[in-house]
Amino acid sequence: MRELIKMVVVLTVLAAFSGGLLAGLRNGTAAQIEKQQLEFVKGPAIKKILEGASNDPIADRVKILDGDVERSFFVGKFDGKVDTVAFESFGKGYGGDIGLMVAVKLDTDKIVGVEVTTHSETPGLGAMAKDDPGFSAQFKGFSITEPVKVTNDDGKVNAISGATITSRAVCKAATDAGNVYQKLKPQLSEKIKEFNK
Amino acid sequence: MAKTITQEFTKGLWAEIAPFRLVLGLCPVLGVTTTMENGIGMGIATTFVLLCSNILVSALRNIIPQKVRIACFIVIIATFVIVVELVMQAYAYPLFLKLGLFIPLIVVNCIVLGRAEAFAYKNGLLFSMADGLGIGIGFTLSLAALGGVREVLGTGTFYGASVFGPSFQPFEFMIQAPGAFVCLGLMLCIMNLFEK
Repeated sequence: MRELIKMVVVLTVLAAFSGGLLAGLRNGTAAQIEKQQLEFVKGPAIKKILEGASNDPIADRVKILDGDVERSFFVGKFDGKVDTVAFESFGKGYGGDIGLMVAVKLDTDKIVGVEVTTHSETPGLGAMAKDDPGFSAQFKGFSITEPVKVTNDDGKVNAISGATITSRAVCKAATDAGNVYQKLKPQLSEKIKEFNK
Repeated sequence: MAKTITQEFTKGLWAEIAPFRLVLGLCPVLGVTTTMENGIGMGIATTFVLLCSNILVSALRNIIPQKVRIACFIVIIATFVIVVELVMQAYAYPLFLKLGLFIPLIVVNCIVLGRAEAFAYKNGLLFSMADGLGIGIGFTLSLAALGGVREVLGTGTFYGASVFGPSFQPFEFMIQAPGAFVCLGLMLCIMNLFEK
């Protein structure tokens, strides 16, 4: 009996200590990790889909509260006026969340480009969503206000062969992006006015 | 205990060098050694986990009950692996992107659990530290050597710098998985020749 109690106590204390340590470390590194992701993953993605912008979209960002989630919108300036925003949205892929950076033109509500940011899909299959530029190019020109679907679900996006779950997840991320965009557009238009000065 | 601390440390560098002598922990050995930089990064991460888990297991060896020792070891090892993963994400993100999947896999690396079970649980703190550090550095050196050979032959660069000039046709086979097996086999063969 004494041995049994000792086993339970030791394991519990060890697990609790470990949990506490990791929670603390996670909080401590969260800001730095976000900065690194911005620099190495999101940054290049934003630069690519907002190519030719005359400002620095990463520096010019606005944060809007959506319920209790804070969302960052990266603002792109073309021909002297702000007309494009890029923001990130997520879909559930085969190996976890897939991040998708979506750029939308404000006056037409059309997608000008998408780019996969963070993912943990299988290399050679699902990871093609990021590695094959042909896949993300399909999203260009879609209206953000309509749901995006793969051809199997009567949509317009050709799925990556062997990676239907991933392709659906990217479409779901794009569709979600549309919902967020429509919901926050009034606030967004208000906020970005100051960049037009 | 006849061995000295120095002997416990140096055995990991040659006599018991993990991937070659014990042929343990082959998953990361074959998986990440496409370049020397990846090999060294993975080696350092594993060394850190090995050293910390050895220290903690050794310090707690009189408290940890015999029957749940493996569970305790895994909790300790997994904790340090996540520490490495978070720190690497925060301060060496490009390396994290390349090693990605292999960092969490350190948890199930049999070298780490093997040292905790076979050495740290039975020996004192200083000896366990020397053992962990020695085995870890040996592992790093092995990964660096394998990564170096594969990088030079497979992409024609050494630690990112071009070796043979632009006219070199890379031997692509070497950076794929079969190349890793062939390279490891040849290195084992050479080490056995030296031993005789």
